[in-house]
Amino acid sequence: MKNQFVRGLWHGVPIALGYLSVSFGFGIMAVRAGLSILAAVGISVTNLTSAGQAAGVGIIAAGGTILEMILTQLVINIRYSLMGISLSQKLDSSFTLPHKLLVSFGITDEIFAVSSSRREPLRPSYMYGLILISFLGWSSGTLLGAAAGQLLPESVTNAMGIVLYGMFIAIVVPVAREKRSVLVASSIAVLISVILFLLKDALPFLSDGFSVIISAVIAAAVASALFPIADEGSSANAESETIK
Amino acid sequence: MSIIIYIAVMAGVTYLVRMIPFTLFTKKITSPYIRSFLYYIPYTVLSAMTFPAIFFSTENVYTSIVGTAAALVLAFFKKPLIVVALAAAGASFICGMII
Repeated sequence: MKNQFVRGLWHGVPIALGYLSVSFGFGIMAVRAGLSILAAVGISVTNLTSAGQAAGVGIIAAGGTILEMILTQLVINIRYSLMGISLSQKLDSSFTLPHKLLVSFGITDEIFAVSSSRREPLRPSYMYGLILISFLGWSSGTLLGAAAGQLLPESVTNAMGIVLYGMFIAIVVPVAREKRSVLVASSIAVLISVILFLLKDALPFLSDGFSVIISAVIAAAVASALFPIADEGSSANAESETIK
Repeated sequence: MSIIIYIAVMAGVTYLVRMIPFTLFTKKITSPYIRSFLYYIPYTVLSAMTFPAIFFSTENVYTSIVGTAAALVLAFFKKPLIVVALAAAGASFICGMII
């Protein structure tokens, strides 16, 4: 059991290093949006997700509604549901309900990618190791970014505001390059998002959070109609190959 | 509104979205349409979140465009996440120094 935990920790080192730099950007971004260091770290410690947190900070900064927050988090993080379903098929028999309730918290793109690529059934101790080190990287990076956001020169923190978006591009572009369906889906999403942005003055009730939801849902719905996923399990496999 | 409420709602929704299917689902989703939708949604969300917001993520739109271009090129050549993310910031920073 202990061996599995250590193995999980070890497999999580690259994830933790990646998270450290990305959450550093999140910390800076959150403080720039007017949040306290404590609030920025509080969000990272309780959420452990990049896109959802970035959108959440935007909503908080804009004084958005709770409904907007709920819908945004739901839409952005719904992919974790699919990953959760996929992982639930791979669990060792020692995975009892309390273990599932704890491990649920740590389902992220990268943790899903690493754990779903394992050949053997997943043990709770392995998942705890993998999640713990990733969690530490994410939390400490946020703290450093939020704190250093006030120490570093403005020219550096200004530039760091782009880090998280850079990571999003790094997730989407390699897949869009290989798969025309993803390219079309992403292009539609960008197109709608830009149009809604340009119509901002005409649609003052439409906040950034809702713009993202509308753009993403329409684009995914159109892409699903045009390019349905053919074979069983292909989506989960595609995730594990591409989102690293 | 108190920030505690925002954070609690964020964390609660995010946790439930992960926990409910992971603990309760025993069968696979078979509807090709729903499976396809769930497959595309991360990419469309990330794309819509990135554009046009990325152009306003640094001190001005010019440094943002340079950073975006750097990220797009490196991502196209499948560089690791950290490399792409930090190169975007580095390119913006250098551009900010020059202009």
